[in-house]
Amino acid sequence: MIAIVDYDAGNLKSVEKAVVHLGSKCITTRVPDEIYNADKVILPGVGAFGDAMEKLAKYGLIEVLRKTASDNKPFFGICLGLQLMFEASDEMPGTEGLGILKGKIHAIPPKEGYKIPHMGWNSISVKNGSRLFKNVPDNSYVYFVHSYYLKADFEEDVAATTEYITHIHAAAEHGNIFACQFHPEKSGDTGLQILKNFCDL
Amino acid sequence: MFTKRIIPCLDVNNGRVVKGVNFVDLKDAGDPVTVGAAYGMAGADELVFLDITASSDARATKIDMVRRVAETVFIPFTVGGGIRTVEDFKLILREGADKIAVNSAAIQNPALISEAAEKFGSQCVVVAIDAKRREDSSGWNIYKNGGRIDMGIDAIEWAMEADRLGAGEILLTSMDCDGTKNGYDIELTRTVSDNVSIPVIASGGAGKLEHFKEAFTKGKADAVLAASLFHYKELEISEVKEYLDREGISVRR
Repeated sequence: MIAIVDYDAGNLKSVEKAVVHLGSKCITTRVPDEIYNADKVILPGVGAFGDAMEKLAKYGLIEVLRKTASDNKPFFGICLGLQLMFEASDEMPGTEGLGILKGKIHAIPPKEGYKIPHMGWNSISVKNGSRLFKNVPDNSYVYFVHSYYLKADFEEDVAATTEYITHIHAAAEHGNIFACQFHPEKSGDTGLQILKNFCDL
Repeated sequence: MFTKRIIPCLDVNNGRVVKGVNFVDLKDAGDPVTVGAAYGMAGADELVFLDITASSDARATKIDMVRRVAETVFIPFTVGGGIRTVEDFKLILREGADKIAVNSAAIQNPALISEAAEKFGSQCVVVAIDAKRREDSSGWNIYKNGGRIDMGIDAIEWAMEADRLGAGEILLTSMDCDGTKNGYDIELTRTVSDNVSIPVIASGGAGKLEHFKEAFTKGKADAVLAASLFHYKELEISEVKEYLDREGISVRR
């Protein structure tokens, strides 16, 4: 059973539908025990870092998410979910993230000729041996929508990268902890393969 | 490599795709789910569903369609037509749509753009603009109610206002070019694109491969939309992408 954390995130239903489509059982919940007792946990997310951390606090989910991750249960953060798993974000200075992995979220710097958010399909470089990207060829295209990006502290935690104005850490992997900035639930067959890799762990 | 997007647009009435989708190989060419999935397989980067249902249960039909599409189609899709309130946004996004296109409702109540952007994020607010060249050729005016009412408002000004209010994207249709197959309105597209900070989707007029290239190079569009050209298989999406790739424009293949 996969628990999809329900804290009113916008892409909750899309993630749920993709997981169901892949044939996995899931429960959408904000009950801490149900999250902790699930085999795997997905933290979706669309929106703002500060609001999302506020919601997680309001629903009493911060501790259970940290504990789930520290107990090495398979954990997958998607889009804003990835950002929340790190320590802090330029979007809301002073607000602490979950701090499950080491690194910070920065604003994509403006550049002439580029639009922000980074919205659309971009190719990713995939790290060899990544479990999240099993059977996903290097330079596959995935769908991004974001204005802030991850700089992980440790290169070995980075599972995929992309380029848009700057060098972006597009996915992270550390033991059973996984995260991606793009939307696997909206990235066609490539995205479904990535979600399947997590569901099949 | 970041890519330019190719977007087919489907007109939907009472939950059925209308205006001739001519897919001989489809079991049900009127089912938005079947057609959407087929376009996904064919390499569409996104889909736009434009709901023209006029009946009183239009909202329920729309929500039902979104729910079914989202269960099968795993690429981003936009829903437009008859969306008037923040509550409409919520109900449709909640079922798995990624973006909402607003046209007349945003003209009548521009605060809808900012309220929706604040609540759900700019990325899901697409402002659709129907623009037509003024008779004195001094620029373009916007029209509402499906192109029936000239608002006497300058299209460039309105696009800039939508950007300021927090729109995430402009879906720009040239009423002059729509249906002509003589190419997108390059001047209109470029002028809007030069004056806003958000992506612009060019729409109306695609007839041959060169038109797509022009929209990106001369028109500075971020994405292009086409309907009948794809529905009648006059061009395949894969053909368009192969051509653009040869011409040095980055596309997802």
